[in-house]
Amino acid sequence: MKNFRWLMGFGVLAASLLFVMLYPIPSLLSWQSGFLAHCFFILMLCFAMCLFRVMAGPTPADRAVAIDTLGILIVGFCAILSISTGRDWYLDIAIAWALQSFIGALALAKYLEGRGFDE
Amino acid sequence: MKSKLVLFIVGFIVWSLLTWPLDFQHLVVGLIVAAFVAFITGDLFSRRPHHFGHITRYIWFCYYVPMFLWSCLKANIDVALRVLNPKLPINPGIVKVKTTLKSDTGLTFLANSITLTPGTLCVDIDGEKGVLYIHWIDVKTQDTDKATELIVRPFEKILKKIFE
Amino acid sequence: MQQIIGYMFIVVGLGFDVFGCIGLLRLPDVYNRLQATTKCVTLGTCSILLGTFVLKGLGTTGVKAILVAIFLLLTSPVAAHALARGAHKSGVKLWPKSVVDKYGEDGN
Repeated sequence: MKNFRWLMGFGVLAASLLFVMLYPIPSLLSWQSGFLAHCFFILMLCFAMCLFRVMAGPTPADRAVAIDTLGILIVGFCAILSISTGRDWYLDIAIAWALQSFIGALALAKYLEGRGFDE
Repeated sequence: MKSKLVLFIVGFIVWSLLTWPLDFQHLVVGLIVAAFVAFITGDLFSRRPHHFGHITRYIWFCYYVPMFLWSCLKANIDVALRVLNPKLPINPGIVKVKTTLKSDTGLTFLANSITLTPGTLCVDIDGEKGVLYIHWIDVKTQDTDKATELIVRPFEKILKKIFE
Repeated sequence: MQQIIGYMFIVVGLGFDVFGCIGLLRLPDVYNRLQATTKCVTLGTCSILLGTFVLKGLGTTGVKAILVAIFLLLTSPVAAHALARGAHKSGVKLWPKSVVDKYGEDGN
């Protein structure tokens, strides 16, 4: 039974990945074509998984972990954007975002510990 | 004073990498900014700045980086196999290990290495007693000494040569 | 050739990102989820950045990508460590089938 559930999940995942690989939504990224558009959509699947964890996480700590992961994924998204458009300032955004996400994670951890921010 | 000098050099290198195609204007602005930052926060950077002058430490660091990246790659494949396995073969628990490192930088690097290597995640450090609490995804032994032998030992030898 | 190697790095990185996010969904408690995401997502994103470096060469973009990769490798374990400690202090229990909890036994 467990194997069957796993197979079903794998089937749904593979089907959605294949759909994204074969038919990227054209209106969103009309200036974009080929390999990198598929990369965007795979990363968007990852974002969707993180957002599901933010929605469903039973404890606040789960949500904090998902937010931290989301921040790191966005850095990769900026890198792919800078390849596809050829504008290097996307990586400046990536640097700033990595810093902000790190400090945000530290602040969330302090909040979870139940201490004030000025200790 | 030495600590300020080290911070000045590090800050200047990072600045020139951020504005990479080397340009006279950028370098002058970088000199001014690095000097300002080093003047204000220089004393916080390092407690033992004379360590930056030892050549052997850099050689051991060059040996440490590829080993670290290799175990990082192994960790990733390990976690990916565990996650994709339908039976989810995990056996988690928090174990206690001992370390002989004393310096703050060494402990930080040890915790980072442990976090990015197969199946382990550092939960808390007690620097005074030299004790680390580690979440292990597949607990092989609950004994402190054996766990120390398995988790900490390969990194500790090298980190001791770099940071102590 | 350069293009092929760069795209290879990007595909491997995307694969690790997806595995990490599946781990975030499948694993049972906060600490196991942290294990999966910290390792897989960090190395996946570093691999994407390395692919950017290989594709763009030693220009502005490539050097910045390497800087971001080093920064991520240094900071992401620290954030994971802080989050795990915060979760344990805020009273999140381990998965019921866990073997041992020395941290809780030592009275923290």
